Amino acid sequence: MAQDIPADSIRVVDLDEIILIGREDLNNQKQDKPLSSVDDYLEKSSRITMIKRGNYAWEPAMNNMNSDRLAITIDGMQIFGACTDKMDPITSYVDVSNLSEANIKSGQQGAEHGSTIGGGIDLKLQKSTFGEERWDIGLDTGFESNGEAKIFSGEFNVSEDNFYVNTDIIYRKSGNYYAGDGIEVLYSQYEKYNISATAGFKTSEKGAIIGSVIYDRANDVGYPALPMDVSLARAVIGSVAYEHFNVNTEIDRWETKLYYNSIKHVMDDTKRPDVPIHMDMPGWSDTFGFYSKMDWNKADHHMIFKLDSYYNRSLAEMTMYPNDSEEKLMFMLTWPDVRTFNSGIYAEDEIALNKRENIKFSTRLAYQHERVADEFGLNSLQIFYPEMDDSRDRFLVNLSAAYSINNDRSKWNFSAGYGHRAPSVSEAYGFYLYNSYDNYDYIGNPYLNNEKSAEANINFDYDINKFSVGAVASFFYISDYIIGEIDPELSAMTIGANGVKIYTALDYATIVNTGLRMSYKFLNAFTLSGSMGYNLGQDDENNSLPMISPIEYGTALSYRKGMFNAQVDMKGATEQTNYGENYGESPTDAYTIFNINAGSNFYFGSQQLLIKAGVENIFDLFYSTYADWNGIPRKGRNVFLNISYIIK
Amino acid sequence: MKSITYIFSILFVLTIFSCSDDNDDNPEDLNKEIEGLIKVTEISNDEHIIEIYSTQAKLYQGYNELTLRIVDKLTDEFITNATLNWMPVMHMTDKNHSCPKSEISKVAGMKTTYEGFIIFQMAGMMNQGWDLTFNYDVDGNSYTAVGDIDVMMSEKQVVTVFTGTDDVRYILALIEPSDPEVKVNDMFAGLYKMESMMSFPVVKNFSIELDPRMPSMGNHSSPNNEDLVYDASQENYQGKLSLTMTGYWKLNLRLMNENSEVLKGELVTEENESSSLYLEIEF
Repeated sequence: MAQDIPADSIRVVDLDEIILIGREDLNNQKQDKPLSSVDDYLEKSSRITMIKRGNYAWEPAMNNMNSDRLAITIDGMQIFGACTDKMDPITSYVDVSNLSEANIKSGQQGAEHGSTIGGGIDLKLQKSTFGEERWDIGLDTGFESNGEAKIFSGEFNVSEDNFYVNTDIIYRKSGNYYAGDGIEVLYSQYEKYNISATAGFKTSEKGAIIGSVIYDRANDVGYPALPMDVSLARAVIGSVAYEHFNVNTEIDRWETKLYYNSIKHVMDDTKRPDVPIHMDMPGWSDTFGFYSKMDWNKADHHMIFKLDSYYNRSLAEMTMYPNDSEEKLMFMLTWPDVRTFNSGIYAEDEIALNKRENIKFSTRLAYQHERVADEFGLNSLQIFYPEMDDSRDRFLVNLSAAYSINNDRSKWNFSAGYGHRAPSVSEAYGFYLYNSYDNYDYIGNPYLNNEKSAEANINFDYDINKFSVGAVASFFYISDYIIGEIDPELSAMTIGANGVKIYTALDYATIVNTGLRMSYKFLNAFTLSGSMGYNLGQDDENNSLPMISPIEYGTALSYRKGMFNAQVDMKGATEQTNYGENYGESPTDAYTIFNINAGSNFYFGSQQLLIKAGVENIFDLFYSTYADWNGIPRKGRNVFLNISYIIK
Repeated sequence: MKSITYIFSILFVLTIFSCSDDNDDNPEDLNKEIEGLIKVTEISNDEHIIEIYSTQAKLYQGYNELTLRIVDKLTDEFITNATLNWMPVMHMTDKNHSCPKSEISKVAGMKTTYEGFIIFQMAGMMNQGWDLTFNYDVDGNSYTAVGDIDVMMSEKQVVTVFTGTDDVRYILALIEPSDPEVKVNDMFAGLYKMESMMSFPVVKNFSIELDPRMPSMGNHSSPNNEDLVYDASQENYQGKLSLTMTGYWKLNLRLMNENSEVLKGELVTEENESSSLYLEIEF
């Protein structure tokens, strides 16, 4: 089912997508900008939109649903950001240097790694394989004119029969970027580095131990769409896994992994000149977990069984410094040390009915226990909910069924699903979390029910020699849809905020996503492709939901011959007419931008040099999209150059 | 049978010993009765020393919950059966006045201690300070003890004196929360009428509207506060005070009589940042 993303940057429409990120693919020149961020890679998926609060750490949204509705994992590991304002989606704690691919599954197909509504994204870490003795060194550097961004990366990999080691490091630094017309976007700078090492040891013919450590640290990250910046975002992500291959004739692979990760995130506003009150907002998120997963083939069945558990601790606090220094500091817990224990089982069975037809079933059943461990935090929430208990249990169910048929020229896929998700820590236990998008303070609601989604999808592809078309449509009916509702009785905490919203549930909301794509290959080396998407999201009173894409379109002409490739592409969106006015959203204007890139590979014996260069937003258009928080403008013209040098 | 007799005899001996312990008035045991309290001062006459204890080391402007103990100077023993009255008096250059106070009663379950409270509406100043007079009876004999006391200024406004629209002078003091936390706190306040310079009876059956605000946070307020209503058993006003964070809170108040007529204070609005009747908390 999985499909590579073609060389062009046109979005492909599929229920399952794998976006390749690793070095092998850099060499294959599949990417228009190899050293772009993980966020840029993810944005290539038709299902994914990256919500931007600045130039760094974008929040993935899928099927027009934000990250609370997704199950995002790194190599199957649960990791939760430590920022109450979503300034650190977990995708920001890895980098292209240590990933091999992003496994994207829409809706209930994505429940393997967690209870989800919108879908699942699993970022696979790059790992060598046991076998031939080899080593390689790779050095990469990139430069971008806009923001004077610099990227340096290096990696060293060794593999032998019984042993391999992958190490890499990447460093990125950018100044403020400039939107179209040369307008500087203040507080859009960032600096980060990421170091990772993975080692595998074969313990027997069929067994191996694999350990992995990632250290990621970003400093001085500006968030132009928010009133605060980040002085530190740090993650330590570690795991040890035991892999058992060919357990018997039926069990291909049995992997058991133990993991731990710890995130510290410090928001600060000391560099902002005009804040009404200075504040510090540190947050911590620590997660222990394990999973054990078995791939089982029996006759026409391909099955996956997985057992997983995690325990997360989320704590965030806010200290405000009164302008009158005689006054005592103002302190509150914004995440009251919430301990979440989640344990689930997942099973999937894909059955080949015949050569053409497949059916697939999957289910996840999970139990979740949540507890507010800090008495100060519990007392705080009890101001709003006097009868609130310190803990609560949930049961989560996810189910899906799919049918696909591959004819000679056409391919159909029908699927349906039903699933739950638990409210996020902020939604259930947040305390005066300021949201700059609608300018409201948000209070969590521990009494929220699980959000439930029923979905149906249809996917169609048709090929005539060099011409192919595809269409996809998904429909989600989400009951107990979690969203903030204004409580006019409450007084805002944040100075200048419009008021307070309490997380509550709409009876239901509906989201429809549709897409069309086509591509045409001609003269052997050229491909012309195009795509278009239309989405609609409505609440139970037929008002538009916020953050739903307007009509988006794109087209690209690419050329590839031998070691050389080039592409011109155009992307755009219509004016946003269905915008969530009731939810504080402002509409965005139509825009169309043009990009161009070209690259080539050069070989010198066992050495390889890859050069890629391009211009983004050629006409320096000043624009912003519906996914840009508070309408912050996107980058204007940007000239980039990426160089990779590999010695084997 | 034998063993039961044995156990009983041991129990009997133990009971005797524990009884005699009680009768001994072991000073260490009796000191437990003032555990956690700090001696603020003592006032004495020829016969007795009256020790005054509080949770704080000093007396402060506002509500002071006090614990007393009387020591016989001759025997060094505690007087356990006294009946006491007290009268705090502020000596000003042109006049003297007293302040609201409770009766003094024996602390329930304690042998040696007495308790009561005094609400000092002002701190002592240079050359015009407070003294405290005790008139008390022990075994049918009457005694008097007088001493000067230091009353320190409170950093925050925990007591306020004002004239209502009914031309009556009132004193309003914060009793609880004495140790405020980020939660829904119980709030108690004492309301007294200045009948004369020396008489401050409790005002009953009024009500006090509460609107806590943080001036440093754009006058942020908190939810689920409850206005204060009169509690006849404790003779004070009780309500609920929600504090959403630590820091400085201004408790804006409006005082209303039995007929819900506003005697003092204004509503807090966009235009009117605070009420003229307020108390303060900082933690």
